[in-house]
Amino acid sequence: MPILDVKDLKTYFHTRNGTVRAVDGVSFSVERGETLGIVGESGSGKSVSCYSLMGLIPQPPGRIEGGQAILNGELDLLSCSEKELQKIRGKKVSMIFQDPMTSLNPYLRVSTQIIEALRMHEAVSRKEALDRSIQALEEVGITEASERIQFYPHEFSGGMRQRVMIAMSMITHPEILIADEPTTALDVTVQAQILELIRDRQKANNSAVILITHDLGVVAGMCDRINVMYAGKIVESGTADDIFYNAQHPYTVALQRSIPSLGSKGKPLYTIPGLPPDLSQPIPGDAFALRQGLTSGGKWDTTPPSLKQVSDTHWVRESDVILPPLEEVLDVG
Amino acid sequence: MSVNPKLSPSEKRLPQVSVDIDAIESGTSLWQDAWYRLKKNHLALASFWVLGFMAVFCFIGPFFSPYDFQSTDLESTLQLPQLKHPFGTDDLGRDQLTRVMVGGRVSLGVGIIATTVSLLIGVSYGATAAYVGGKVDATMMRIVDVLYALPFTIFVILLMTIFERSIVLLFVVIGAVEWLTMARIVRGQVLSLKKQEFVEAAVSLGYSTRRIIFRHIIPNVLGVVVIYATLTVPSVMLLESFLSFLGLGVQPPMPSWGSLIKLGADNIQLYPHLLIIPALFFSATLFSLNFLGDGLRDALDPKSSKD
Repeated sequence: MPILDVKDLKTYFHTRNGTVRAVDGVSFSVERGETLGIVGESGSGKSVSCYSLMGLIPQPPGRIEGGQAILNGELDLLSCSEKELQKIRGKKVSMIFQDPMTSLNPYLRVSTQIIEALRMHEAVSRKEALDRSIQALEEVGITEASERIQFYPHEFSGGMRQRVMIAMSMITHPEILIADEPTTALDVTVQAQILELIRDRQKANNSAVILITHDLGVVAGMCDRINVMYAGKIVESGTADDIFYNAQHPYTVALQRSIPSLGSKGKPLYTIPGLPPDLSQPIPGDAFALRQGLTSGGKWDTTPPSLKQVSDTHWVRESDVILPPLEEVLDVG
Repeated sequence: MSVNPKLSPSEKRLPQVSVDIDAIESGTSLWQDAWYRLKKNHLALASFWVLGFMAVFCFIGPFFSPYDFQSTDLESTLQLPQLKHPFGTDDLGRDQLTRVMVGGRVSLGVGIIATTVSLLIGVSYGATAAYVGGKVDATMMRIVDVLYALPFTIFVILLMTIFERSIVLLFVVIGAVEWLTMARIVRGQVLSLKKQEFVEAAVSLGYSTRRIIFRHIIPNVLGVVVIYATLTVPSVMLLESFLSFLGLGVQPPMPSWGSLIKLGADNIQLYPHLLIIPALFFSATLFSLNFLGDGLRDALDPKSSKD
């Protein structure tokens, strides 16, 4: 049984310029101990879909229009009251944010913040909470943790702060960890350490990780399964092997073409032509076909393409967009 | 901690780098940083000591005075400063030094208490409105707008006339008027703070709304609040002296700096010291509060300072 089963999640933002369909019918599930990657461009709905699960969407203007998110086969996160959600957040589902520089309160000692995170959800004494917090910091590789825990966030580097965030979100042994671009704001060398650390903590707790990123390299190394999102919908879903060795959707193919490689030195880099569509207008058909500079057969112009199963683990949304051969594009560029 | 055992030998050979090891060991809070910066600002620091002196002078001084602030001595009225009465005496022969000290109690007291009242109401009100947002925010801030629209001096005068005139009422009424601006300032700050990731992180860790407001957001606005509070104290003191000057504030025989200045103004041609001395104390306090407020702004918000 999956630990989290999301069905047909729809999150819309009702703005002055119309209804933005940020997440439009997304379904996925995560198993215990599994890492699910969600990739896509900015504005593709990857973050919004996870924030919806935690009830972190600002309402208004946001509204969850439909769907279910069943945690442990019993509780629907989307129909929980705020009180129930407060018990789940941090205890069962934790989150790590993109920018470690701003995700700790600058006016409170690190010790205060970690102890608070623990004591919020477990009835432990202050002394025991401090001991466990120090231990949690040691587990994320912070040396001399018993002294450093008394520091303020501005006395840590970015990588160290992200470690503190991980320690904080994992101290209650949550079943699911949502990591929203946890390495985007960090140096490349630190990125690898942080990813390794997340994997290490995941193994220790046997929790599920949902990794939101636009870095395909990160996804390839970390994830068991991958969802590729475009314009609020999942366009391809499969194991890492399915996505990287047998990509079927033209958008997935185009994303992979965009990865710069050392071998292509001196040649222009590939970019996907056009812009993502304006989500405040209803999109009747294939959203990817709307990008300027792409040619499509026109079959999905007005009828919404559906997900079709390629193999046991691999689903692809139908599309008849034809990407020109790579050499041709780069010659023109 | 004198020697850090984990230092490598090469690091030990660098004694000229003087770092306060104790401060590093325990972590330096942003408040401590601000205090270091404030200590470098001589004007602000001097103002701080002037205010400290004023507080001691007004609150402890009267205990050492041989005179009572209200006992009259009709044989020695309107004396010039002399050894027996360093600040002279007023028209009823009361010792002016004692009266300046007791009057300072009232003026400083109004400043502090009314500012505290305005802080407590303004900060919680503004923070709640901004954090909860939506219709709650709109309703709460429209109430503030309506109260703002009332001509507040008239409002205070009205209240002071309707109810029995007492110092406590004066404190409360001024505080109740002054919190409006504080609420607006705090609301603006919280609106930008609540979009910060650490607030989002606090929500994602399952903290309650009340806890997030009071434990995570308010400490972050305290810098601005402290600055504004030091600037509110003088305006409150001015308001009090204004009311006392009009005869609506503190009732005789209780003095305040405002009523002393009024008395001095009545006798300005023959006995200017009755005006000059309380006015000096009053303006020294106001200047100090403003300088300290300025210094605090530079210390708490180093980005906005000139250098």
